[in-house]
Amino acid sequence: MSITKATRHVNQNEGLIFEKSSPGKAAWKLPPLDVPEVDVEKLLGSSERKDLGEMPEVSEIEIVRHFTRLSTWNYAIDLGMYPLGSCTMKYNPRVNEVVVRLDRLANAHPYAPEKISQGAMRILRVLSDALIEITGMDTITLQPAAGAQGEMTGLLMVRAYHESKGNARKKVLIPDSAHGTNPATAAMVDYAVENLKSNDRGMVDPSALAAQMNEDVAALMLTNPNTLGVFEEDIHKIADILHAKGGLLYMDGANMNALVGKARPGDFGVDLMHLNLHKTFSTPHGGGGPGSGPVACKQILEPFLPSPVLISKPDGALGFEYDRPQSVGRVRAFYGNFGMFVRALAYIMANGPDGLRQTTEDAVLNANYLRKELEGTFDLPYSTPSMHEVVFSDKLQGKNGIKTMDLAKRLIDYGFHPYTTAFPLIVHGALMIEPTESESKEELDLFVDAMKSIAQEAEREPQTILDAPHNTRISRLDETAAARKPVLRWKGPS
Amino acid sequence: MRYLPKSPGDREAMLRTIGANSIDDLFAPIPAEYRLQRDLKIPRQLAESEIVEWFQHRARENGEGYTVFLGAGAYNHYRPVIIDSLVSRGEFLTSYTPYQAEISQGTLQAIFEFQTMICELTGMEVANASMYDGSTAAAEAIMMAVRVTGRSSAVVARSVHPEYQQVIKTYATHQGLPLSTVNFGTNGRVDLQALEQVITSDTACVLIQSPNFFGTIEDVVAIADLVHSKGALLVVSIAEAISLGIVRPPAEADIVAMEAQSFGVPLGFGGPYCGVLATREKFVRQLPGRLAGQTTDKNGNRGFVLTLATREQHIRREKATSNICTNQALVALMANIFMTVYGRIGLRELAKQNLAKAAYAADHFAQEAKVLFAGAPRFHEFVVQTAEDASVINSRLLGHKIVGGFPLKKFYPELGNAALWCCTELTTRSAIDTVCGLLSEYEETAKTHEPRMQEVAQ
Amino acid sequence: MAYPDDRKYTKEHEWIKADGASASIGITHYAQESLGDIVFVDLPKVGSDIAAGKMFGSVESVKAVSDLFAPASGTVTAVNDELTTAPEKVNQDAHASWMLKVTLTNASELNGLLSAADYEKFVAEEAGK
Repeated sequence: MSITKATRHVNQNEGLIFEKSSPGKAAWKLPPLDVPEVDVEKLLGSSERKDLGEMPEVSEIEIVRHFTRLSTWNYAIDLGMYPLGSCTMKYNPRVNEVVVRLDRLANAHPYAPEKISQGAMRILRVLSDALIEITGMDTITLQPAAGAQGEMTGLLMVRAYHESKGNARKKVLIPDSAHGTNPATAAMVDYAVENLKSNDRGMVDPSALAAQMNEDVAALMLTNPNTLGVFEEDIHKIADILHAKGGLLYMDGANMNALVGKARPGDFGVDLMHLNLHKTFSTPHGGGGPGSGPVACKQILEPFLPSPVLISKPDGALGFEYDRPQSVGRVRAFYGNFGMFVRALAYIMANGPDGLRQTTEDAVLNANYLRKELEGTFDLPYSTPSMHEVVFSDKLQGKNGIKTMDLAKRLIDYGFHPYTTAFPLIVHGALMIEPTESESKEELDLFVDAMKSIAQEAEREPQTILDAPHNTRISRLDETAAARKPVLRWKGPS
Repeated sequence: MRYLPKSPGDREAMLRTIGANSIDDLFAPIPAEYRLQRDLKIPRQLAESEIVEWFQHRARENGEGYTVFLGAGAYNHYRPVIIDSLVSRGEFLTSYTPYQAEISQGTLQAIFEFQTMICELTGMEVANASMYDGSTAAAEAIMMAVRVTGRSSAVVARSVHPEYQQVIKTYATHQGLPLSTVNFGTNGRVDLQALEQVITSDTACVLIQSPNFFGTIEDVVAIADLVHSKGALLVVSIAEAISLGIVRPPAEADIVAMEAQSFGVPLGFGGPYCGVLATREKFVRQLPGRLAGQTTDKNGNRGFVLTLATREQHIRREKATSNICTNQALVALMANIFMTVYGRIGLRELAKQNLAKAAYAADHFAQEAKVLFAGAPRFHEFVVQTAEDASVINSRLLGHKIVGGFPLKKFYPELGNAALWCCTELTTRSAIDTVCGLLSEYEETAKTHEPRMQEVAQ
Repeated sequence: MAYPDDRKYTKEHEWIKADGASASIGITHYAQESLGDIVFVDLPKVGSDIAAGKMFGSVESVKAVSDLFAPASGTVTAVNDELTTAPEKVNQDAHASWMLKVTLTNASELNGLLSAADYEKFVAEEAGK
């Protein structure tokens, strides 16, 4: 079949900004100084720097063209679907970008007196309350800068909790399907990692868990639905096994897009969890961040929250409480990624309870539709029902040496961003697909057609796939050379 | 709901394809007792105009028309308008991490340029594509020094931003990393003799900030000599990136942990900001965070890829250099554009204006009160010691729509009634004159009357 | 592939070639093939000790890291510096690319390792999985 969704078009080339730089060009102009000029040498002495070396000198139009041209080389949600599993690449609403730029919010200094920060603090309060309700928890911290930092904060709180009971414990259980940040985080907080093997339905096996559970285990780090998109149906058993031996159930909230408005982790036994505002709550990925990783928890963990904590004062004003003797401390300066809080709250308000529920339903509907349309064409390693994402494998396409990454590269020619390749690790050659609710039936059908066409190409003309992508301005890059002899900056002619 | 691109007809057709009777069938894997039967208790769905209005109210509650003399790790600089026009392009705003290099060359080339400029400004050989912020960059730098040296303790100067110190403590405590501290002298700089005493054969690194929390520029060369002579690494934290326009870079450092917020990232009540780590080439495999590297495609075209990924969590898992996954790409792009706009000449001119404003202010404050830490160069912040408690003074200034300097008593009680004042290129002469005039009155009154009851400033 | 019989092999795909009280250690052809293009080899310093069965370093390709496990215990007497600048040599000829030379603490440890024939069989089974 011919590719209809994407086509080659004339696209500008653009070198590095340093290659356009020339002494005397400028994009800046400062107003005249209204205080006396200073003698820099006198003020700074040997601390002075006289020349900024190879920093560029270019004009404003060159900068605008430079970055505009660069932007046209990127794929983006605004252009089309990203079926990346567990990334939740949903629409980034533009009203979010407007409200975050309102003058007294965008220019608020974090140390401005509380009296003139009530607006910002009210945003923290309303968002906190909404996220507590959504998760079914009792309290929350908004401080962590991203999901991984949320995990770290959560595990620090787990440790502090156990220490307060007299035994910090030694290890954390992590399913083999977990995202890499989970074990990396456990190591950072000095907990040993013990692997929990998934059963043949891709879920945690309660009897395996019971066998591994003892008083050395501080917590189980669980993603639910897990990275196969499967809801842990034995979740209450799992929680009971942990709680019976004094352990805590930590939930990685990356897959909350399957649960918001339909089920609450606090209701099914989770003690604490992090959220990813840049996944579930629509804040933009921006090429890789910023994120925001609030941690919500039950009351038993409240004393250990990072400091400061938002409080309501007797006169009704909002304030920050710093005197928190059992707090795990601070995980970053100031209060968190406030710009992301504004955006996430605007998203929650644009939806309301009905919108959020409908969003979750559409996310699950979309994933199941893709599963139905593509099973048979691609190998489905687990027959367990999918929630908001589905995992296939490259087994059926493997005979010509074709792997998941190759299929993914060919998908680019069809006008889509690849799905997640080679993760979760428990599926060999995984294709992890999460459409999110933001895809229309039309877009999904185009995706299905593309995937089916690629499967046929795998049979009839495998070399097309192995050499893909063909229609991009750059073909596959030599990653080996980049890793063997890293060139990590531009250098001018010496 | 207007973000959802499906009609009821679409949903029905899809359910039929799936073979489900209703959407509830698809939620059957959730045990019945956990399926919510009620609406979430959150605000009702708002129209777009209502959302904007709600946030406009909050913005108004944040105070209008105040002159702010606060720095302390978050700086008010002018943001060239093309920053927002460019980062708002959907291809930048709504794109993902550039794992698929062929369709992410815009992001990757921008990162490569960012890395280059950070190296130029800091005197380091490699820089990463951003960390969460300056405070976590400092903590990660210490972890990195531990990995590189195999030693297991660190010294942190007391003149480092107090909240950065708190973050370092949080990270260090659970890595079993003992921390020592070294104090500052009467010139505001790290006390070299005290530093000599506190470094041991188990010290992985000494972390200083320059300009430090008080605005004072450290003697990096002397500190580096001492630290290196003991086999430890020097980490220099930089909270005010604009200082690099006119202050010589800490080229003797082994690791630079920076906060690039001053480069075009809005104050935004504390975040998101833009941390960066930069270091020498020989340490690159211990550097956390993403790195963009130059390479070629099979046709010989220059392109860029994320590289040295084996340091990272998605491959190393528990052996990763860090757990960091998401970085600060969008704000790093803002910093990138800012650095490009000002460039080689502009950054220096901008830094010079900051220096001039603060020098003027310090001179005038010195006539009304005591400006501490003379005897060492400073950038655009300075400490003012007054007869009255700084919080009390600030309360009064607030009535004049002035936000005074950051009171230091909580973190540095030995400095008495002191506050940290900051002037940037946006601080006007008339604002400085006004606040000096007011301070003059207060100090006059305070010296001739009994000390007042301390009020908690609000 | 016929594996040279002048050395012994481990199930972790290392080889060890004894020469009196010393031995050289590397990874097998199968290992380099599974890893793909090798970009970095991380080895211990001369003078450090390695213990049989314990991790002593790692090999990195673009997308993976593989730990190296010591086939026997000993003290490191030499490290192949060539591999720092040219890790691809391991891909080109894994059996000629020694990584470490050690003085063995207990040469009898080699008796428990796989012969070339046994290793070949082991690899055939692995590949079939």
